[in-house]
Amino acid sequence: MDEIFGIPAPLLFGQLLLGLINGAFYAMLSLGLAVIFGLLNIINFTHGAQFMMGAFAAWMLLEWAGLGYWWALLLVPIIVGASGVIIERLMISRLYKLDHLYGLLLTFGIGLIIEGLFRNEFGSSGLPYRIPAELQGAWDLGFMFMPIYRGWVVVFALFACLATWLVIEKTRLGAYLRAATENAPLVQAFGVNVPRMITLTYGAGVALAALAGVLAAPIYSVNPQMGSNLIIVVFAVVVIGGMGSILGSVLTGFGLGIIEGLTKVFWPEASATVIFVIMAIVLLARPAGLFGRA
Amino acid sequence: MASETTADAIVPAGAAAQGFWGFTRPQLVALVLLVAALVVGPYFLYPVFLMKLLCFALFACAFNLLIGYVGLLSFGHAAYFGMGGYIAGHAAKVWGFSPEVAVLAGAAVAGFQGWIFGWIAIRRAGIYFAMITLALAQMIYFFCVQAPFTGGEDGIQAIPRGSFLGSVGLASDWSMYWFVAGIFLIGFLLIHRIIHSPYGQVLKAIRENEPRATSLGYRTDDYKLVAFILSATLAGVAGGVKALVFGIATLTDVHWAMSGEVVLMTLVGGLGTVFGPVIGAAVIVTMQNYLAEMGAWVTVIQGGIFVTCVLAFRRGIVGEIANLLRVKL
Repeated sequence: MDEIFGIPAPLLFGQLLLGLINGAFYAMLSLGLAVIFGLLNIINFTHGAQFMMGAFAAWMLLEWAGLGYWWALLLVPIIVGASGVIIERLMISRLYKLDHLYGLLLTFGIGLIIEGLFRNEFGSSGLPYRIPAELQGAWDLGFMFMPIYRGWVVVFALFACLATWLVIEKTRLGAYLRAATENAPLVQAFGVNVPRMITLTYGAGVALAALAGVLAAPIYSVNPQMGSNLIIVVFAVVVIGGMGSILGSVLTGFGLGIIEGLTKVFWPEASATVIFVIMAIVLLARPAGLFGRA
Repeated sequence: MASETTADAIVPAGAAAQGFWGFTRPQLVALVLLVAALVVGPYFLYPVFLMKLLCFALFACAFNLLIGYVGLLSFGHAAYFGMGGYIAGHAAKVWGFSPEVAVLAGAAVAGFQGWIFGWIAIRRAGIYFAMITLALAQMIYFFCVQAPFTGGEDGIQAIPRGSFLGSVGLASDWSMYWFVAGIFLIGFLLIHRIIHSPYGQVLKAIRENEPRATSLGYRTDDYKLVAFILSATLAGVAGGVKALVFGIATLTDVHWAMSGEVVLMTLVGGLGTVFGPVIGAAVIVTMQNYLAEMGAWVTVIQGGIFVTCVLAFRRGIVGEIANLLRVKL
């Protein structure tokens, strides 16, 4: 079992793991986008910047306040999510009556502002963020060495996605949310404060992006552009999966991450474009996306 | 088939027949001012700056053809602009094409690319359309990073301007300026003509109410696809000319940030106005020129303009003027 399809096994499994990790980020980010889109009907172009803010917030907590990784996991989603609530109240909420494209343009502009401000303050080169002591080292799985932190990211992301799914599908709050996605005026007529729910939903989607940012901080270097390149791939993931179902987004995210990892092994030149090519094929075969409703 | 021919005949011929080439009187005044500015401009301003401005103005006009008249927001127009530049640059430098043929080659490839991408993207509308065009453009970006003929990070450098029709040398900025101004004016008038043709009327009908246009017997997807190809081709022209003006074609022109910039120019000038994209391009290019040494602040300011325009200034500069004067511009 040293070679599989003529590829050294450690290389293959290494890339598979990398693919799983990328997939974890795709899943978390596309999940947040789908939740926001469901209720607000806008595509949150600021999502990449908010992912980046999550990573920077973790770095700042450590460098400026001495609060480590575990505190960051708890505090960063709250802090960045609160900033999302402010953005929604001040700006996005003014656009609900207009064409949804204006929401896209507005959030794109907000993303530019945030990214520009961070680039001014921290420059374009990355800042290092250490892996917490508890998660350092690697397990020997027999066929490969698995860095503990990378395994942790995959498991934690799965857990976060599952928790989101449970909240939306199994709780009363989630039932309100699904009902408001279907018909907001009717839900409001039943006495549910829909505008507040919209605000909190946006905050929750942003918090999910920030949480992904904290997870990413020790893996990638923390830099202002880390979100903008990722978000375009996530858009393609969202188009492939369709935004109709929560589990669909998660499955598509992980699946595409793995496909991308495998492409790196078998045809490295195509690895940057493979997801976009899949998107084109899916659009030709199923325009609504794999899990979408037309 | 029969229904389609009748439907074509239903389109009012009046809209196209009124005025000179479909220009209303205020638009004619604005056109005269624009041509005057084109002629007088280089005596007052640096020709290279004006050429850059005209390239972006044509790019924004091409983009506006889609967003303003079909209601399709393409967030990946850099792919056609940049590819037009790469092809024109390669044709002029390696194959020794004369500048007008090189630009046409760039436009042809951009148009072909627009045909394929448009064919894929028009399956969805609205927000999805924007995301799909953005993702497809990112694919082109990665292709350009890797493809050997683009020169990767270095780009194609030292592209010769050559001589127009093989006889008029364009090495001096002055002669190049008239070449660029001529192409811009042709492109601008062409777009105006398209918008005011019966075909353009159908496009506007699709923008206003697509199901209704469909029920009248129009194959709306075909109309959208042709508009997409035209827009991509003209974006390719703009990119090709820009590559010849500066003698360089780089990754900047295919990057998503460029797609965002052209959206911004059109938004600032006024979506769906004939002259808006030109004014918007002038504003943004001038701003970039003055703020060039401020680094990332340019991004912040651009983002700020985006937010301001969307929240408080959705008509754009020309749209506001037109509204104030109660005319169409």
